Amino acid sequence: MKILNFLQPDKNNFNTYLYSGVILISLSIFIVFLNSFFNRDLVSFLPGSISFFLPLILGFIGLHLIRIEYSGLRFLDLINKNINTNNFNAFLSLIIVFVVIKSLPPLLSWFILDANIAGDSKDVCTGSGACWTYIKIWFNRFMYGMYPNAEQWRINLSFIALAFLGTIGFFATEKFKKYLTLYYVVVYPVIAFFFIFFFISGGPIFFDFSYGIIAAVISIILGFFIPSKFKMYYFIIVPITLYILLKYVFFYEELIELGKLEALEWVETGAWGGLSLTFIVSFFCLIFCFPIGLFLSLGRRSDFPIIKYFSIGMIEFWRGVPLITVLFMSSVMFPMFLPEDMFIDKLVRVIIAISLFEAAYVAEVIRGGLQALPRGQYDAAKSLGMGYWKMHILVILPQALKLVIPGIANTFLALVKDTPLIFVVGLLEIVGMLNLAKTNPEWLGFAMEGYVFASVLFFIICYAMSKYSYNLEQKYKTER
Amino acid sequence: MNIKKILPQLLTLLVVILIFGFFSYNAQVNMENRGITFGYGFLSQESSFDVQFSLIEYDGSHSYFRAYLVGLLNTILVSVIGIIFATIIGVVVGIARLSNNYLIKRTAAVYVEFFRNIPLLLQIFFWYFAALRALPLPQDTEPMFGVFFLTIKGFFVPAFVWNNLDIFIYSIIAAIISIIFVRIYARKKQQNEGIQTPVLSISIGLILILPILSFLFGGVDASVEIPVIKQLSQTGFTYEGGIKLPPELISLALALSLYTATFIAECVRAGVQGVSKGQKEAAASIGLTPNQVLKLVIMPQALRIIIPPTTNQYLNLTKNSSLAAAIAYPDLVLVFAGTALMQTGRAIEIVSITMLTYLSLSISISIFMNWYNKKIAIKEK
Repeated sequence: MKILNFLQPDKNNFNTYLYSGVILISLSIFIVFLNSFFNRDLVSFLPGSISFFLPLILGFIGLHLIRIEYSGLRFLDLINKNINTNNFNAFLSLIIVFVVIKSLPPLLSWFILDANIAGDSKDVCTGSGACWTYIKIWFNRFMYGMYPNAEQWRINLSFIALAFLGTIGFFATEKFKKYLTLYYVVVYPVIAFFFIFFFISGGPIFFDFSYGIIAAVISIILGFFIPSKFKMYYFIIVPITLYILLKYVFFYEELIELGKLEALEWVETGAWGGLSLTFIVSFFCLIFCFPIGLFLSLGRRSDFPIIKYFSIGMIEFWRGVPLITVLFMSSVMFPMFLPEDMFIDKLVRVIIAISLFEAAYVAEVIRGGLQALPRGQYDAAKSLGMGYWKMHILVILPQALKLVIPGIANTFLALVKDTPLIFVVGLLEIVGMLNLAKTNPEWLGFAMEGYVFASVLFFIICYAMSKYSYNLEQKYKTER
Repeated sequence: MNIKKILPQLLTLLVVILIFGFFSYNAQVNMENRGITFGYGFLSQESSFDVQFSLIEYDGSHSYFRAYLVGLLNTILVSVIGIIFATIIGVVVGIARLSNNYLIKRTAAVYVEFFRNIPLLLQIFFWYFAALRALPLPQDTEPMFGVFFLTIKGFFVPAFVWNNLDIFIYSIIAAIISIIFVRIYARKKQQNEGIQTPVLSISIGLILILPILSFLFGGVDASVEIPVIKQLSQTGFTYEGGIKLPPELISLALALSLYTATFIAECVRAGVQGVSKGQKEAAASIGLTPNQVLKLVIMPQALRIIIPPTTNQYLNLTKNSSLAAAIAYPDLVLVFAGTALMQTGRAIEIVSITMLTYLSLSISISIFMNWYNKKIAIKEK
């Protein structure tokens, strides 16, 4: 038998090192475990600070003893390679393990063991844990805001219908695949728009805004039949003319009346709220900010100086100011800029403001993709005789957008995370509803539960989005 | 000139002018109807509102311009605190994500995924309304290290009371200037003769010795003022003396730094990973020590990737500090675009000043960044 050198464990006396190390580590973990789960202190006979650090010291020595390279035991090698490469790593690993063991019991008891969910009043919440009853009672408000209970099926129905219509792309047959882009870019937003702004609101509030949408859609559809030689002029002139015609000539009052759905009760936007409002705002801002951002990014790289500097100005302006001041502007300053008889709904103003704000970020992301494309792509497209729009739609943008999927996904994530800010203009989505519920005199003192609940919801939404974007990125990755 | 080139530009110009004209015409009509005249003269009027927390002397008798300064300084204060902590946490977590220790790597990843997927506003609310409300009352607080008091009413820290503070500051400035000269000299010497000067130890020496000299010979004198508990009424207690950091500031700085740190961590990780392995191996093969490899080869290249996005994050943090308005921390948005706007009703002037302030801040930083990027860009031959 060779001499045991505990400072440098090696393969001689392998079992001695291994057993003594494992015993020491198990002992240290056992001490911490007992201490945190059963509140028993095995080493209380020792003076204060020593008994506090004893598990750490024992575990550290144990880990040192089992650090034997190429031991032949697969499990041991795995541990040594991943958490026990040197003294410093062993120390950090131990601390992490101990912190996890220590923090499990309080977390468990707060979330589950001492928590209450039964009953329907504050009185059942007597334990030291969370009061999930609060969430249960307020759940409806957190989801739908002040929207009347009897009418909430409208929100549900709209969301289900939109989700269904949104997934149509997965079921399309080969024959219809080529129309999918058209469907998602033109048809789907319009359906969504009418669903949400007419079905959910049931009133005439959004009309001024919808003239613009109708004008844009009609001009895009007509645009397919215009010879490409005139397309540029067409897209500059027709939408504006259509808008003016629609608004002042064709339907002035009639369409407003027509926009009312008589059978449905009108719910003003001030009453919308909760998570459904988060979805509505993010959805529309998503739809609007992408095309605006796309045009701004193309404008910034344009050869026309006026368009170029206009785009630069727009992008730098929106990127330079905080969203909260933009919302302030839309709520207190923007009404000053409108004629007195013209009124744009609060929610629409907010959606426009957030869309413009995020569009600037989208524009910068897309510009990154455009710059990353080699010049040869542009030259090749031009040498085939393609014009500006044909070149961009068929050659440049498909490649550039593929490159910037992660960036765009990040911008969209930021957008979803920015929606709570609409509390500035008095719209209460889920975080705003939480703050309202928190100040309700019957339910004081449950702020923590509410914020934890909302955090979990947001985490799930955002995490799912980021994972989805990662999948997209992998799917469209092409070798270059 | 081709008409196809001029027409779209003219049309864009026309549309922009039309929109602006429409807006400004309406604004004029609206202001006339309400009897307000456009102008920035109100800035010198007496503000007659109070601000909870201010770095400069301020009360209701001061002007609106001073209120603007108070808000701006508070914004800068919370941004600077946030930037410092976000950088520290971000660098540590970013390096932890590259660790070969599985547990550390996972912990850092969980932290990053968790904190960056929750809206910042929610985090601010969480710290302010839930976490910091669980702190003890001033009379029940156990002091940390005997001098710090973390209470529900704020964080009380000892303050320094200075004599001849200006001389102390001059000594530090002198130290910094001489360090810059030493660095320039050292670089020249290395370029000409190839001899390295121990810049770091000289710098540390200078920055320690000059202030100490100012204590010994300059008449500088500092004493520490520890917060002392004081009874206000039967049940109300507070601390007197020292510096009080209000809970709004703490929760805002905490949320901002924890949130931004996740993004900085990702920048750091991307930067270090962006340096190709060959660089490290090549450096090692010409005989540099591991420390030298890190200092002379890896870090300069990694920093080139890290610094631009990190500056962007600093800018984001500064802009995000405007969320202070949600928890009533008196920053620029709350004091100026909130209270002052309510009092004067001058929406256009005040919102435009607020936006211009943020805008000039971010544009100056992006100009600096462009200059810096050009300076550090790899010069290819």
